[in-house]
Amino acid sequence: MPHKLVPLGAAMRRVACLIAVLAAFIAATGLAAASDFEAALGKLTDKSFQVKEQAIAEIATSGDERALPILSALQAGDLYFVRKDKRIVFAEKLDKGFSITDALTGEALGEVKRRAVRKVSINNRLRTALKSAIGSLELFSPDAEARLAAARSMLVAPTADALAMLDRALTAESEPSVREALETARAAVQAQTGPLDARLAAVGVMSGSMNQDVWRVLGKLVEEGGETASEDAKQVALAASAALESIESQKRFYSLLETLFFGISLGAVLLLAAVGLAITFGVMGVINMAHGEMLMLGAYTTFVVQQLMPNAIEYSLFVAIPAAFIVTGAVGILLERSVIRVLYGRPLETLLATFGVSLILQQAVRTIFSPLNQPVITPDWMSGFYEVNGALSLTYNRLYIIAFSLIVFLALLAVLRKTSLGLQMRAVTQNRKMAASMGIRTGWVDAMTFGLGSGIAGIGGVALSQLTNVGPNLGQAYIIDSFLVVVFGGVGNLWGTLVGAMTLGVVNKFIEPFTGAVIAKILVLVFIILFIQRRPRGLFALKGRAVDN
Amino acid sequence: MAPLPQHATLFQRLFGNTSGKLVLGVILGAAIVVPLLNQLPESSPFHVPTFVVSLLGKYLCYALLAMAVDLVWGYCGILSLGHGAFFALGGYAMGIYLMRQIGDRGVYGHPMLPDFMVFLNWQELPWFWYGFDSFAFAMLMVVLVPGLLAFVFGWFAFRSRVTGVYLSIITQAMTYALMLAFFRNDMGFGGNNGLTDFRDILGFSLRTDGVRNGLFVASALALAGGFLICRFITTSRLGKVLYAIRDAESRARFLGYRVEYYKTFVFTVSAMLAGVAGALYVPQVGIINPGEFSPINSIEIVIWVALGGRGYLYGAIVGAVGVNMAKSYFTVAFPEIWLFFLGGLFVITTLFLPKGVVGIFSKAPSHPLPSLRALLARPAANQGTRPGDAL
Repeated sequence: MPHKLVPLGAAMRRVACLIAVLAAFIAATGLAAASDFEAALGKLTDKSFQVKEQAIAEIATSGDERALPILSALQAGDLYFVRKDKRIVFAEKLDKGFSITDALTGEALGEVKRRAVRKVSINNRLRTALKSAIGSLELFSPDAEARLAAARSMLVAPTADALAMLDRALTAESEPSVREALETARAAVQAQTGPLDARLAAVGVMSGSMNQDVWRVLGKLVEEGGETASEDAKQVALAASAALESIESQKRFYSLLETLFFGISLGAVLLLAAVGLAITFGVMGVINMAHGEMLMLGAYTTFVVQQLMPNAIEYSLFVAIPAAFIVTGAVGILLERSVIRVLYGRPLETLLATFGVSLILQQAVRTIFSPLNQPVITPDWMSGFYEVNGALSLTYNRLYIIAFSLIVFLALLAVLRKTSLGLQMRAVTQNRKMAASMGIRTGWVDAMTFGLGSGIAGIGGVALSQLTNVGPNLGQAYIIDSFLVVVFGGVGNLWGTLVGAMTLGVVNKFIEPFTGAVIAKILVLVFIILFIQRRPRGLFALKGRAVDN
Repeated sequence: MAPLPQHATLFQRLFGNTSGKLVLGVILGAAIVVPLLNQLPESSPFHVPTFVVSLLGKYLCYALLAMAVDLVWGYCGILSLGHGAFFALGGYAMGIYLMRQIGDRGVYGHPMLPDFMVFLNWQELPWFWYGFDSFAFAMLMVVLVPGLLAFVFGWFAFRSRVTGVYLSIITQAMTYALMLAFFRNDMGFGGNNGLTDFRDILGFSLRTDGVRNGLFVASALALAGGFLICRFITTSRLGKVLYAIRDAESRARFLGYRVEYYKTFVFTVSAMLAGVAGALYVPQVGIINPGEFSPINSIEIVIWVALGGRGYLYGAIVGAVGVNMAKSYFTVAFPEIWLFFLGGLFVITTLFLPKGVVGIFSKAPSHPLPSLRALLARPAANQGTRPGDAL
């Protein structure tokens, strides 16, 4: 373990240099400091834990570059001393005895017998002291992450000399995020002891913080200002509670943001589920009750792809997306050619027939796979979260789903607007006979449109496989939502679907805290039912003759 | 159905066609014969076991439900995908009455509260359970609750001219919302377990053969009564307006008929019939739970009607009984096959049997709406009836 810490020493040398430049007297008393360090180290061989605790404090504050490896070894139980000359050594356990290294000089002393050395024992009290001492030493680690972590731990459990350490760390620190953490930690320490003015000022510094640890410190300060407390403590408590109040209002703002984020991510899920339907139902006017099963097929495709490439799960989704598009698109084209084409112009019959198809697909999946849910693996890059601050963190899978839904939506929009297939689709939708007489193969366009809508649903299914259970009933859970989104947004209008999905998602998540998830869902359903009464054609209704077809 | 004379008497309208007489004959015949066969000794080859009586009674309830759907879909063009909700509400009204009949004989033996409320630590009966101790009140609720829901829902929907697919989708959303609501324990209807462990009805034990037969006869009579009500509505002048709305809603409106009144009326009547069907269904199967609200159930009802043939009334009966007999058989014999079979039925019926099974055999003219033509051909004759009078 000690050999890993060599680069730490290098960094500390740099820090030491800086300090030396800033304060010349340190150079003058350098020798004395070094011998102090040796003396402190010597105290570790004492039997009394009190003496050892003193020694740890002295080593930690010595500023010596050897302090950290020694304290770390002590914490890990690798620090020994030689019985004969009480020399402190790092010991590595071998079969019989130890291989020891001088802790002061780093000189290898070879192998010794087990009885030749004795462990520097520690108790719980010392462990706590060690932890904070090491924490403060790590403020000078070359790794920014470690420095940040150290600054945070200083905040929670500040040591007696924390202020000096933090000041020293601040002079050396250049990384802004670490500096911020250091300053907050410094304020937290200052707020707890010292002259009243400084404490109040420190509370002022903390009042804007979005750090959960700061809230804890402030909470502690408020508690300390009880009836029996000193006048100072009471004043500080007053200031702290004011600071907490302002933090509370900020927290409310962030929780609002968080709800909005949840709402948008639910909206993105709804959008992914509904955008395929926006094509088949919205553009073509086909009531495809088997749409939910297209989502399901997409999710099952993901499962199959993952089964086929178990060693490359990280990339499986990128394979699954085109695969799902092709599979569900093909099923969609087959469905259009065999059933739906016969029923054009009879929407209610289409509804029933496609419902029958959905039952058949569900049972097919049950028979082929199993009635149970299938395990779909979430790649590592989808897990984890991005922490904005103590009050707001965004999970990566939600972020990806939002981004993905928008990409799918824009891609679909581009296909409809910019490609010749899209042009033909729109032509056939607007005036079938005219389109046919202009030489467009309307039957072929119908099949392609339906295939596109189904394929997009399949892609949505890939995304859903990362969020919900992949089972035969996956589709049923989304079919009603999908229809409501499309109808709410306005049939035949892709933008309407986007706005509809996002609105329903956000409204749902904003109601949820007050009523619970189920009631929120019911309220949204009731809201849509009422909304359709007001605007039977949805938010963005088509105008003109197309409406009455 | 043969066209009726212009001024047919009530008797002529209700019983004046062979198919109607046949249907009533079969239903009432079954109501007499089945309980009699149940009385035969078990060794007799003609003996009908009690469980079969209840099964048949269940089919009759489904038939009444299907007929209710046919009334709105076949005659007025309203495809409701939420009729299961009215059925279930009627069932719950009956279920609550049956729960009150248990009294203090529940597992926990609480003098006032049903078991599930004791289990949930409720202290007193929720207000909406009051009154259900009385059979008459419960039966009133069986009709009123679905009727009121249908009236309010229909009134808003039809007044805003929500039609076709949009209406189908919001009716589906309605039953879905109700399902979610009834799944909650806090609703006070037993959560996802629903209401069950019934013991008595009107003081008689539900487990006796006599009560089972009685319920079967009641179902048959309800079906016959429902058939007559539907006949009465569809052969009336109001019924002709319904045809008109089904085939050309805008034109009917432009002729001066308040389309929304007619639709709301027929939708409400239909919901009440569905409620009665649900109320008779619950004591025969012994349970009611929120699963009855699930949208798939409502869609299944529609396929019974579509398969049997819509716009014939008895087509709905044939479809409901036929599909459910198949279901009873397949779900036991080949549970794997059942959904394939049902799904196939949906597809084949809509593709190849647009008029249903009955349509194949019916001698009705190829255009199934002679009355509409008659109506439009004689607009003067109808001026005597003010639209809305019917309400």
